[in-house]
Amino acid sequence: MATKAFQKTFTRLEAITKATVSLEAEAVSNDELATVEGRLAQVVKTKGDTVTLQVFAGTEGIPTDAEVCFHGAPPTLKVSEQLSGRFFNAYGQPIDGGPEVEGEEREAGGPSVNPFKRKQPSELIPTGIAGIDLNNTLVSGQKIPFFADPDQPYNQVMADVALRADVDKIILGGMGLSNDDYLFFRHEFEAAGALDRIVSFVNTTEEPPVERLLIPDMALTAAEYFAVDKNEKVLVLLTDMTLYADALSIVSNRMDQIPSKDSMPGSLYSDLARIYEKAVQLPDGGSITIIAVTTLNDGDITHAIPDNTGYITEGQLFLRADSDTGKVIVDPFRSLSRLKQLVQGKKTRKDHSQVMNAGVRLYADAQNAKTKLENGFDLSDYDNRCLEYAKEYAVRLLSIDVNISIEEMLDTAWEIFAKYFSPAETGIKQALIDKYWKA
Amino acid sequence: MNTTGKVTGIVSNLVTVQVDGPVAENELCHIRTAGTELLAEVIKVKGDKASVQVFESTRGLRGGDEVVFLGRMLEATLGPGLLSSIYDGLENNLATMTGVFLKRGEYTDPLDHDRLWDFTPLASEGDKVSAADWLGEVKEGWLPHKIMVPFSFKGEFTVVSVAPAGRYNIDSTVAVLRNGDGEELNVTMVQKWPVKVAVKSYREKPRPSRIMETGVRVIDTFNPIAEGGTGFIPGPFGCGKTVLQHAIAKQGEADVIVMAACGERANEVVEIFTEFPELEDPHTGRKLMERTTIICNTSNMPVAAREASVYTAMTICEYYRAMGLRCLLLADSTSRWAQALREMSNRMEELPGADAFPVDLSAIISNFYSRAGMVVLGNGKTGAVTVIGTVSPAGGNLKEPVTEGTKKAARCFYALEQNRADQKRYPAVNPIDSYSKYLEYPEIRDYLNTMMEDNWVDKVSKAKVLVRRGKEMAEQINILGDDGVPMGYHEAFWKSEIIDFAFLQQDAFDKTDALCPFKRQKYMLDLILGICDRQYEFEDFEACRTYFKEIINCLRQMNYCEFESEAFEQHKDKLNKLLSSNNGN
Repeated sequence: MATKAFQKTFTRLEAITKATVSLEAEAVSNDELATVEGRLAQVVKTKGDTVTLQVFAGTEGIPTDAEVCFHGAPPTLKVSEQLSGRFFNAYGQPIDGGPEVEGEEREAGGPSVNPFKRKQPSELIPTGIAGIDLNNTLVSGQKIPFFADPDQPYNQVMADVALRADVDKIILGGMGLSNDDYLFFRHEFEAAGALDRIVSFVNTTEEPPVERLLIPDMALTAAEYFAVDKNEKVLVLLTDMTLYADALSIVSNRMDQIPSKDSMPGSLYSDLARIYEKAVQLPDGGSITIIAVTTLNDGDITHAIPDNTGYITEGQLFLRADSDTGKVIVDPFRSLSRLKQLVQGKKTRKDHSQVMNAGVRLYADAQNAKTKLENGFDLSDYDNRCLEYAKEYAVRLLSIDVNISIEEMLDTAWEIFAKYFSPAETGIKQALIDKYWKA
Repeated sequence: MNTTGKVTGIVSNLVTVQVDGPVAENELCHIRTAGTELLAEVIKVKGDKASVQVFESTRGLRGGDEVVFLGRMLEATLGPGLLSSIYDGLENNLATMTGVFLKRGEYTDPLDHDRLWDFTPLASEGDKVSAADWLGEVKEGWLPHKIMVPFSFKGEFTVVSVAPAGRYNIDSTVAVLRNGDGEELNVTMVQKWPVKVAVKSYREKPRPSRIMETGVRVIDTFNPIAEGGTGFIPGPFGCGKTVLQHAIAKQGEADVIVMAACGERANEVVEIFTEFPELEDPHTGRKLMERTTIICNTSNMPVAAREASVYTAMTICEYYRAMGLRCLLLADSTSRWAQALREMSNRMEELPGADAFPVDLSAIISNFYSRAGMVVLGNGKTGAVTVIGTVSPAGGNLKEPVTEGTKKAARCFYALEQNRADQKRYPAVNPIDSYSKYLEYPEIRDYLNTMMEDNWVDKVSKAKVLVRRGKEMAEQINILGDDGVPMGYHEAFWKSEIIDFAFLQQDAFDKTDALCPFKRQKYMLDLILGICDRQYEFEDFEACRTYFKEIINCLRQMNYCEFESEAFEQHKDKLNKLLSSNNGN
């Protein structure tokens, strides 16, 4: 960070923890940035004359006589078209060897959009993956995470979705990304020839965890520049938000805050909401869509991180390995897109929502049949048909390696229904049966 | 002279202020920083240090910044023009704010001071009046909006004059009153009231005695909510809390709906103010937005204002109730409000209760719900505030402080169940665990038996028994296998599935099925119970399953058709043919 003329310098620390330092300083403002022995820090608490700073890179090796300079302003990012195609660290500094970006300096983590100025999201984002497009259709301006165990190929799926989506800019916010995954994203974007419409802010596992806390604000400040100033459709990818939340808990712990569920800070909901709620459909056509990753511990969605996330986001996409077919599928029960009805049947064919519901309901019947089978009971003819249906449904529609149009997905579904069931068994409205049933 | 002070401590939105004079609990203050004034509320005082929660971001605030105390609590501004408006938790009008982003320290007036209203006097010179008595009325949309003696006026007053019929703005004096000391007071169309204090200007608050129709079968028939009653909807995320609440907001039989979006998604609010101006109120045919006020403090807006938002919403409801109107308050979600309390309690380093929530959480919740109710006004007319809150239990586990605290306070419980949601059995209200205490009220039972039919409450109990029995049979079948149980088990199970699929489940996105008035609910329940009363004969359980699935299909097709339309009757004919084809008697 560049030094500025009006800096105040201090050289006596009163307390040091692994993530914070405290010192006596006057006229310091809340959320202001500072440099502690060359490392970036932010004011998180003021009590009398004592100021507590959160040091992003950790406090290892910081002495009590460390030099502390206050910058007089909260974190900022310089925004302009020059951001396109570039890779930055958590502080917004280039890590790709390119020059510094020139542009207007914007406050990171700034105010929210007035809800009244928002528009209702209404544009479909097709991904080619039927588990998403057919059952959990995405809409621009939506915020939705992938819930996945660490062994699921969530970053690959996310890269596929990003590159197939029809958007003007893709902004990657990588938190605790392994170096391999960072290179994977870089390679995927380059191979797709899409580098010029991508901006990346990356904190890898090699870098200090508390630095991650800056990544979403940086990524979303860039996103707001393109969406608000340039009226572009922006897709923001945030991976992995679980590691972001872990960093939050480290800081709150060092500040002696009383933890709530799962050792997470009591403000976890608000902290996550502040990020996800930046997703917006603006009146002048610009939009910010957020697709995030929340890794789970053994599929446990009751843990505070996925639980709070689920209450904030507009649905979730749940990845799991299907043991019957060996495919990774988008779980139709646990996945949900809350905005799907804004486009289903409006931007897609009229039979979309009924086909989706029937498909999932029959898949649920197959699960019941499976339970019966596991308990050693005879299966009825219907049960057997359900089981066969489930396999074909999983392979041809739920699997993440599907890449077809929504029209084809609907036709495939009708075809599979007709193969195993009678019209009445699907429970679909008669008018639609009359039109689409593949006798 | 106002008390002033200086900022001495800042942790997020909790600010400590050293004060130079008296301050009151919940008193408001302005913190002056960087050219703006941030509104804050006193939540704790110790010695000359006051802890205040700031309703805005505290970014850039400094130790030593000046504070001025305002000598009043957080107040709602009440007057014509509240309906159709969209406010934040502090009642700032979001529509009149400039710019795409919310600006810190920008406060806008809730009401339009230039608009003229057609005033008709109701009181006359010499009348004896007291707080909340009607002096005149204006038409707000199609609703008669009463101009009342302000709630804050204590004692009896004599009307000196009332303005003649005509067009006035809200600041015009529409009446002059004289109090016992001979002082004359001017009354305009606007009054203010502290949001955390219940409005008690009514004669009495009797037990509720009527049911509020919501058009949602699993509520109205199975566990109805009374007009002036309280209910809550807990459920894990993705179980359809918001869809259910929006359905109630669209179809609820009420004159005024206030929706408090408290710490929830902004897009859900957008959905309301995009769709409601287009949709019709099924009871009056007017546009839904005309009867709706939105209090919107979404999850990314300042946390402290979440608490204010539910109280602001409640005060607006109480204001309209005093006009003899039926109001419905929908608070989504009260858990976010409780979490805001937790964040503050945590920052003040108070000893925590269960799950780190403040220990008085359940008292705060029950105090809030107790402001609901049907009241008899001074003039003998009645008004009601019905409250339905949603609760977002952490991890979907109902044994958590907010659910438990709300269960003590609210009398209807609509438990949303993950299992039902997974199977897309919407609304995912569990028919067995949910309850309505109002069904135990003799006056409500009488009301239902008069409005629906003689033995209605018994019929509903019977349907519940059938559902419960079906569930037990399903468990037996699962344990013993399809072949291991008598045919009667299968029959009982499928009868409960008929009730589930054709009655409990309802498609909130289908125009026809979404709204089911009482008359239609009665028709369908009678039809379904008739089917369940019959005896059947089957060769095997497979035949039983196929047969009942076809019955369910007919009933569902009926639900999708206009009531008693040609298509509806066709499906019913098909159903009757099916029924007569199997006669086990």
